[in-house]
Amino acid sequence: MIPDELKAITDAETEASAKVRCRLNVCMAAGCQSCHGDKVLKALQAEVASRKLEGVEVRGVGCLGLCAEGPLVLVDPEHVLYQRVQAEDAADIVAALGGKPVKRLVCSLETPFFKRQKFIVLENSGKINPERLEDYVAHRGYEALATCLTERQPPEVVAEVLASGLRGRGGAGFPTGLKWQMVAKAAGPKKYIICNGDEGDPGAFMDRSVLESDPHRVLEGMALAGYAVGADHGYVYVRAEYPLAVKRLNNAIKQAQKAGLLGPSICDTAFTFNVEVRLGAGAFVCGEETALIASVEGRRGQPRPRPPFPAEAGLWGCPTLINNVETFANIPPIMREGGKWFAGIGTEKSKGTKVFALAGRVCNTGLIEVPMGITLREIIFDIGGGIPEGRKFKAVQTGGPSGGCIPEQFLDMPVDYDSLAKVGSIMGSGGMIVMDESSCMVDVAKFFMEFCRTESCGKCVPCRVGTAQMHNLLSSICAGTATMDDLALLERLCDTVKFTSLCGLGQSSPNPVLTTLRYFRHEYLAHITDKRCPAGVCNIHSLAEVHA
Amino acid sequence: MAADSSKIAAPSADKRWRLVDNVMRRHGYRADGLIESLHAVQESFGYLDDVSLRFVAASLRLPPSKVYGVATFYHFFTLKPQGEHTCVVCLGTACYIKGAQKILDRIEQDYGIKPGETTPDNKLSVLTARCIGSCGLAPAVVIDGTMSGKLTADETAEHICRCVGA
Repeated sequence: MIPDELKAITDAETEASAKVRCRLNVCMAAGCQSCHGDKVLKALQAEVASRKLEGVEVRGVGCLGLCAEGPLVLVDPEHVLYQRVQAEDAADIVAALGGKPVKRLVCSLETPFFKRQKFIVLENSGKINPERLEDYVAHRGYEALATCLTERQPPEVVAEVLASGLRGRGGAGFPTGLKWQMVAKAAGPKKYIICNGDEGDPGAFMDRSVLESDPHRVLEGMALAGYAVGADHGYVYVRAEYPLAVKRLNNAIKQAQKAGLLGPSICDTAFTFNVEVRLGAGAFVCGEETALIASVEGRRGQPRPRPPFPAEAGLWGCPTLINNVETFANIPPIMREGGKWFAGIGTEKSKGTKVFALAGRVCNTGLIEVPMGITLREIIFDIGGGIPEGRKFKAVQTGGPSGGCIPEQFLDMPVDYDSLAKVGSIMGSGGMIVMDESSCMVDVAKFFMEFCRTESCGKCVPCRVGTAQMHNLLSSICAGTATMDDLALLERLCDTVKFTSLCGLGQSSPNPVLTTLRYFRHEYLAHITDKRCPAGVCNIHSLAEVHA
Repeated sequence: MAADSSKIAAPSADKRWRLVDNVMRRHGYRADGLIESLHAVQESFGYLDDVSLRFVAASLRLPPSKVYGVATFYHFFTLKPQGEHTCVVCLGTACYIKGAQKILDRIEQDYGIKPGETTPDNKLSVLTARCIGSCGLAPAVVIDGTMSGKLTADETAEHICRCVGA
């Protein structure tokens, strides 16, 4: 496929959409599907057909963001969003087209939830049908790939990513451009690209939504990376728990191959790039890059010491570039609009936007994309709509089991890699769980430690034994049977595990304990000395039972 | 290649083995197709047993220890057959905060089974998931492959009752 052909598709799409007077966009992401969004789509189609309406298109689109109020239907060009739509509402919605919207279903788009967001990664989410290549192309899809292949040299592509200041969206925040440069410079006839879609953090669903809503964007990002570093083969490693994302990704790969946007001689150039999907099988540690490589090779997902880094010796010993789904999704707009444009968004050291999965005790749960540097308060209270049922905010957890719990005093802190690290948490892949006074922080720390204990791959002793011991200690604190000596031991163990574990899983596993100890120490003490759980979550044995 | 001429015979005439073999062939009977092959077995048969693990090991020319090692390393694979109906309770952070444990407690109270167990009449298995990525709808459960969100323990119990009772 050459740029002219892409333009032809765009023109055909524009012409076709000129005939469409009205569009009913039904969210077909996993969240809305699970509340019967698919039935809504069918009912709307049937209604439009039975009324023999001309120029009305009913189609499935990607995530519309506000998962809490699904199933969602967006009517264009009126730009009216309907929430909690059921199949029975189809007649009313179709009848109202061109007239007054159905009042009982309308969800205001003027709220901060929609107004405060900035879309780069999710620019097409909810706007295109993720199962059609033409839709993506009509929204300037594959334009960056075609332009780069025909007009720019690989080092220029790397330079553009460097200039953008993009940092890895998987959690650690390593500068993406530097990683690309390392792989590009690495010697070897064969190189690989891996897209890390093993979104193992409980409470995170950004990658799932991106893959479900705009799969071609990730493929385009990977192909651009392949061109930049000199790789001709890529793997997308996706969780088997995301069947819809896997299906849409496979469909997108087939379409791109057929259109000549993947495979041999892309855009009539010498560049060849193939993509394969690899299914994960439920192992959190596979988010670690060397463990992920082992898993792609068909082995147990156990990490190995670095160096050598995957950029030098990765998949089957070849130089390998591993980036997260969201990182790759940022690449096409960076190539299209320029690194400078991207660097103009966000803060000094954290550029661009970040997608967060907002969940927990917050009114507007869902998928959001915000510029870096926005405050936690804006995210939780403006976009998120605050805490439901008039309860009081207690903490927000970022970064999953590797992150920490941030208390109220830091709500006005800007959200960027360095600020989050300063308070003991991490950006992580973007899960953001809000907790109110009904959550016990010791119980939360125990929950994450239980997670790390079961997810520890067992290769290194500090992580395998340490997480189990820390979990035992936290359990006895929750049960009210622990002493102050136990607390001291817990703190010592946190240090040991943090500094001696082999990989990121072990090294960061004490973070939830360390942050809760730092900001909610009184809750630990209440369990240990007063034998009570301030939140009323833990089942504490009475003193008599303890001494019996 | 030699791999094809010395192809390992399927354990039985069951047509599902052909599906498994298709996947292994697509990966050229190479070792790196192991996880995909195990996915194919589990999708076709519901779980991985000794017979299927040995078949995959022989076909990919891997020692059984390697195959067993991989099958037991990943949580998605199960070595036990499931009941007629399955209920997966998500235990991701968002679901945990919103009361997933109460759902598990309720199931244990109603059916006497803990996560990973199956009722004696083989009707229901209850499992937990690390996170199914439906955090916006927490707490979430997947009953017989269909996800439902924002459930209370009572509603979940009703759901299960409808599936199992039918």
